[in-house]
Amino acid sequence: MKQVFTRPESLKNVATHFCPGCHHGSVHRLVAEALDEFGIRSQTIGVASVGCSVFLYGYFDIDVIEAPHGRAPAVATGAKRARPDRIVFTYQGDGDLAAIGMSEIIHSANRGEDITVIFVNNTTYGMTGGQMAPTTLPGQKTSTSPYGRDVSKDGAPFKMAELLSNLDGVAFSARVALNSPRNVLNAKKMIKTAFRYQVEKKGFSFIEALASCPTNWGMNPLDANQRVSDEMIPYFPLGVYKNTAQL
Amino acid sequence: MRYDVFFAGYGGQGVLLAGNLLSYAAIHEGKNVSFFPAYGVEKRGGAAMCTVVFADGDTGSPVVGNPSVSVLLNQLSFDKYSVKVKQGGVCIVNSSLVETDGVELPGVEVVLVPMNQIALDMGDVRMVNMVACGAYMEKSGALKSASLEAALKKALPERNHKLIPANVKAMEAGARAVRG
Amino acid sequence: MQTTAAEKIFVKGNEAVAMAAIEAGCRCYFGYPITPQSDIPEYLSRELPGRGGEFIQAESEIGAINMLLGASAAGTRAMTSSSGPGISLKQEGISYMAGSELPGVIVDIMRAGPGLGGIDASQADYWQATRGGGHGGYRIIVLAPASVQEMYDLTMLAFDLSDIYRMPAMVLADSVVGQMKESVTPNPRPQVALPAKEWVVRGRSEGEPQNVVKSLYLGDGEMEAFHWKMQARYQELADNECRWEEAQTSDAELIVTAFGSTARIAKTAVAMAREAGMKVGLMRPITLFPFPRKTFASLSERCKLFLDIELSTGQMIDDVRLSVARDADVAFYGRPPGAGSLPTPEELFEQIKKNYRVRPEQSRI
Repeated sequence: MKQVFTRPESLKNVATHFCPGCHHGSVHRLVAEALDEFGIRSQTIGVASVGCSVFLYGYFDIDVIEAPHGRAPAVATGAKRARPDRIVFTYQGDGDLAAIGMSEIIHSANRGEDITVIFVNNTTYGMTGGQMAPTTLPGQKTSTSPYGRDVSKDGAPFKMAELLSNLDGVAFSARVALNSPRNVLNAKKMIKTAFRYQVEKKGFSFIEALASCPTNWGMNPLDANQRVSDEMIPYFPLGVYKNTAQL
Repeated sequence: MRYDVFFAGYGGQGVLLAGNLLSYAAIHEGKNVSFFPAYGVEKRGGAAMCTVVFADGDTGSPVVGNPSVSVLLNQLSFDKYSVKVKQGGVCIVNSSLVETDGVELPGVEVVLVPMNQIALDMGDVRMVNMVACGAYMEKSGALKSASLEAALKKALPERNHKLIPANVKAMEAGARAVRG
Repeated sequence: MQTTAAEKIFVKGNEAVAMAAIEAGCRCYFGYPITPQSDIPEYLSRELPGRGGEFIQAESEIGAINMLLGASAAGTRAMTSSSGPGISLKQEGISYMAGSELPGVIVDIMRAGPGLGGIDASQADYWQATRGGGHGGYRIIVLAPASVQEMYDLTMLAFDLSDIYRMPAMVLADSVVGQMKESVTPNPRPQVALPAKEWVVRGRSEGEPQNVVKSLYLGDGEMEAFHWKMQARYQELADNECRWEEAQTSDAELIVTAFGSTARIAKTAVAMAREAGMKVGLMRPITLFPFPRKTFASLSERCKLFLDIELSTGQMIDDVRLSVARDADVAFYGRPPGAGSLPTPEELFEQIKKNYRVRPEQSRI
């Protein structure tokens, strides 16, 4: 019988700590499939960040460096410069990448480091219990924005895929979502493209994945999926913002 | 034998180049050398000074409180540092720019050399540091003129090697001025 | 390998550090400009790329130390350098490297502080360097050069010790040693038996174990076990790697102790005291961590008076006091760092005279 579905080899056969309905697991799987399909697992070094993504080494069956909070792009820069023959990717959440790590992401992107950055945007700090993130939507209530994000005081959410696309060092920048089969299929295509660009040494590639966080949003998984469509995608439109191959 | 010399002047007089030159000359003679530069807070026209220590063995402290020989190229350096020269030591003064009248330095031999004037006579006032090095060489007897000549090749950038003969002449003139 | 004696060169202390790093096989340098250490990145930006190395002027000291973390995790010899304010920023990364058991060389050309302080010579980062500097309780190897030759030799040693003991190593120098030029023999890299880096991230192949470089220890007892393991390693360092310079201590009634350039100045002051017929010696720790405690302990069996001299209000004196016998006195002379505070040998000789006393013969065992 033809096998049509299996666990990617790049993922370990373990249960994750992710909450029910969380999209981290889906993003993990898509990244693992990309590594499998390019046959690059044995050449890949993952760089984990601080937050829900910290246990990357527990789920991916690859070598991993755990970076300090926000510093994954700098750590990845060091690893890639030391081993330019390896595939190096970071996996970071929104607080890690767009708040404490803003300097590191901007500068590695601007240097055009030959790395891939997977950015999971769920509009909140998941691991620490749902505080306001740099991508928290206007008006969104969190444990540190109990009256809703006030743009006049907190600033507007960062649109990272657009922001990075303005930098010359960036070869590929796209935003994807995982709230529907169609979006998942598209996300896989985009993630594969991002890794392909690194394999082809085209430069810095960036994927922003809109993800749900049912626990910290106080929603069930279906409602959380719906929120991605109703609130997040209108503010963070999906699409390819930079593709040097098409310039 | 351990020698120490302190050079001071204002930025632009080539104090640090002089210190480098003496260092290379001492290395040429197989000595261990320590060259310690110090600058004023001002980056242009401020104070510039350096201490060079050279010895067959350990150079010891790169910092010298009471130098055996001080070469002072301007009034400010003279006013501030002439009193620090060690008892029995030598203070070589650029008399073109320094007024020494009324200053008593008991136990210190003061040697007046009109360095700017000599450098001008040699064709370029910028060679004042070379005149100073020649005066030091002659007075201290610490280094041979051939070593200083060899050191010029190392202390000067390649593009300035054409100036070496003129610099050697300036050093010789500084030495002559000390011999009197 | 070069076998003939290398010809002497005349270079700045900072340049000697950079040259030694290249000789030691450092392939990656990451840094950010700050006085008085910028000669190091300037030299390496010129010399590393042509030798197959990587130079990055990072976006910040934080960026630089984390690039060092990444390069080191990937198995490469790498280095960063800075001074006070920048070293403070690097503490986060140093703590993570210590927690991840990563080697890596950090050069601190100390300047006056706290805050922006000033660019003059200082030894006031002794505590920060020898106590770990960042959070969580750890130590790093700290080497204190007192000459340009040692800037060269100890930088190479820092790479070896760091690899052998799997922890960051710091070259802790001041701007006197960084800025002065001396005649140096650029020795070839010593042949040292180094452990294989089986732990590096390299891309996990079939049948190979997964390598993870991390400082997160959540399992029951994991974190505690890590600390005891490191404690044992620090002890191993103390047993095997203490380095120091002793001069004229055997009959000394007073032993002057100082590190770095201050020790150079003190050594000349000690020579002045000897010329004046005083029995004075010098003890200069070269490794500040591990601190040569046993040597201080044995010296204090006979000599009961120490004079600690520092370019600060007193930091190393803590370790001296912890090391000497209980009945030994430790006097102190310090100059807080800043313009014009560099002591002269004559000034230190005065301090020796002030503290010197010969114990009556009968009180000696």
